[in-house]
Amino acid sequence: MFKKILSLCLAILMVAGLCVGLSSCNSSKDSFKIGVILLHDESSTYDKNFINGINDAQKALGLKDSQVIIKKGIPEGNECYEAAAELVAEGCKIVFADSFGHEDYMIKAAKEFKDVQFCHATGTKAHTEGLDNYHNAFASIYEGRYLAGIAAGLKLKAMMEADSTIVPKIGYVGAFTYAEVISGYTSFYLGVKEIVPNVTMDVQFTGSWYDENEERNAALALINGGCVLISQHADSMGAPSVCEDKNVPNVSYNGSTLSSCPNTFIVSSRIDWAPYFEYICNQVINGKKIDTDWTGTIETASVRLTDVNDKAAAANTQATIDQYKAELIAGTRHVFDTNNFTVDGQKLTSYKADVDTDANYEGDTEVIKDGYFHESEYRSAPYFDLAIDGITRINVAF
Amino acid sequence: MSSYNVIKHEVSKEPLIHITKNSAMPFWKSFLIRAAAVAIAFLLCSILSYLMIGANPLEFLKTFWDGNFGINAAASKIVIWKLAKDTAVLLCIALAITPAFRMKFWNIGAEGQVLIGALAAVAVVYYSGDKFPDWLLFLFMLLAAVAAGIVWAVIPAIFKAIWNSNETLFTLMMNYAATYFVAFCLVKWTPDGSSTLGELKRGHLPSIGHPYLLLILTVLLITGLLFVYLYYSKQGYEISVVGESQRTAKYIGINVKKVIIRTMTLSGALCGLTGFMIVAALDHSVTTTTVGGRGFTAIIVSWMAKFNPLVMIGVAFLIVFLNQGANRLATNFRVGKAFPDLVVGVIIFFVIGCEFFIRYKVHIRRKAPAAASVSGNVAEGISESGEGSGGGGGDGSGVVEASGEARSDEAVNETVNDTEKEGNAK
Repeated sequence: MFKKILSLCLAILMVAGLCVGLSSCNSSKDSFKIGVILLHDESSTYDKNFINGINDAQKALGLKDSQVIIKKGIPEGNECYEAAAELVAEGCKIVFADSFGHEDYMIKAAKEFKDVQFCHATGTKAHTEGLDNYHNAFASIYEGRYLAGIAAGLKLKAMMEADSTIVPKIGYVGAFTYAEVISGYTSFYLGVKEIVPNVTMDVQFTGSWYDENEERNAALALINGGCVLISQHADSMGAPSVCEDKNVPNVSYNGSTLSSCPNTFIVSSRIDWAPYFEYICNQVINGKKIDTDWTGTIETASVRLTDVNDKAAAANTQATIDQYKAELIAGTRHVFDTNNFTVDGQKLTSYKADVDTDANYEGDTEVIKDGYFHESEYRSAPYFDLAIDGITRINVAF
Repeated sequence: MSSYNVIKHEVSKEPLIHITKNSAMPFWKSFLIRAAAVAIAFLLCSILSYLMIGANPLEFLKTFWDGNFGINAAASKIVIWKLAKDTAVLLCIALAITPAFRMKFWNIGAEGQVLIGALAAVAVVYYSGDKFPDWLLFLFMLLAAVAAGIVWAVIPAIFKAIWNSNETLFTLMMNYAATYFVAFCLVKWTPDGSSTLGELKRGHLPSIGHPYLLLILTVLLITGLLFVYLYYSKQGYEISVVGESQRTAKYIGINVKKVIIRTMTLSGALCGLTGFMIVAALDHSVTTTTVGGRGFTAIIVSWMAKFNPLVMIGVAFLIVFLNQGANRLATNFRVGKAFPDLVVGVIIFFVIGCEFFIRYKVHIRRKAPAAASVSGNVAEGISESGEGSGGGGGDGSGVVEASGEARSDEAVNETVNDTEKEGNAK
């Protein structure tokens, strides 16, 4: 009896092995594969945004599921290198990783596997590392946040018109005092300021990219501190859900929170990664080089706004957004125009930003030219880290 | 887990189902029960995966295979090493908490102790720059990590030994303290505000044949040493006695406070060592998630192996194997991490659950009188077994036979069994 079971099991195993063997035979024409390394899974809005991006790109390019290998929940450590190496072994021509802390381990893999392209979102080291097969990418999300700020400004203006006692103070929940966050909340604030010139903003940091509880508490503290409109740059539903509970208008990030917050969600900006995924796949399939630093823009549809929620937003919001958007695309308007903000009461004429990642953490590149701060031009990841007037950072411990 | 007294009853009032402790089951029989549990669990999971993610059972099994042995030769080389390395790391943490567990000191602070060890090792590299040659740097990293692990473990131990504070809550709190301490240091070390330290340039342990080999061999060595320490040394015996009954330990002249603190020092040192290895051999960096819950998973490993270091090799392997296989489901079927975690949970539940049938005999009487009732003497948890024993047929005697409590220190067990309840009552 035992022998029979054993031989049956062996037979099944052999058949399974055969299936595996056959299924891995591809015709060379379709041999292109891309591997995607994600820090979390769909439960994080940040990673979900990448998953949506790669799914859209896969559809647009007509790739099969087996040509797009997605690895979820890869921590920012040696596991990232391991995952990259495994993806290379499985035949991927491109390996992509989505989290800032993956960078060093991607570079390690890029140095080892010279004939595979390594693309990393949000990273900062490609332009100084000097590797042919290692690339960074980001998008000019500050433009999206600026437009979302315009929508918030219109709402704020409408609220002030309806109730003259309202003080124009808004709140922002940020993750870290990191350039990506600073650039984000500053552009959002400048958008609001465009509509409501006397607006001020409080920023509360959580010290984590994903901490629902902390984000809730931060949003609550801001609301209790007199903020009448909230936006956030962190990945959980913490801040939006508090806004819905307290009936405070909210501008979201990385995806619509409309379904959970039907009464308070105004609009959301996000980076659409599909154009980048399509770009890198096409470059590799056609044997062309990938840019060392790639910055998607509104024009390439890498920066997107969701539909405006008419229930929460002010009248005419969509039309106003479209008008500002056209100006940004035409280059007649710049988000970080030095006429629109001051630092310690002074207009800026020169500023050296820390563009090169090195041990010094010092400014190394002049970024103010032609009357505006050139964000995401000298590398794809944001480097705007100025503390402009009108924004109060409640806690800077992070 | 105590009091499994044999149910005493009059023949006429015999309950429908009753359970007795089983003392001896041949190894092959207990092995078969475990294998059957795993097989049933896999069967159930393949049904679940068919219903939930649309994977047919063959695909389900193939995915497990892919995850652990790779889809091709090049990939297998990587994932098999990963399997061995992850097993070694999990095993090492499980080994670290085991001495304390054998003492019934419920140290659930391995997560924090390993993390703080890793942080200490990173701090040495961060602050020393190029001052030291490699060998000296490794030495300092190791010492710092071990010292940090010891500090994190001994603080709760001292409180336990002197004031009898609750070690479970205390060590749990120390985990949070470690996590926030790491977050604090990362903010301090990264002026750009990213809180991402990145890979350190120095302090990389050399590769002997394969980058993971040194780590794996070290853990195997520790496994052997700990086994000898726990089973064949005087200190190991003292740990067992303190674990069974502190009063007995006092009676035979063991300094209980000393044993508690000494054992937690060992636990902390091993945790620190694990932290050192994670930094020096693998990550070369630290984040708040460097340990990634393995400090808690190690508790399951240690328990499932009944605190036997040699058995832990197998259990750690099983858990890593399950995780690696299940994680592949997320890749192959484009689902989130929740489903793989569910699969692992179901399988582990079955593996742990089947121990019941190994430890206890289930007796089912053929004809149930209306007034049957289960004796109140039965240990907690046994009531759950009712359904499980249904298929056992009706021969009236032992349906499932089982081996003893599987602790190898039976002698201690018997010596102190009588005083156990009294000694542990607080």
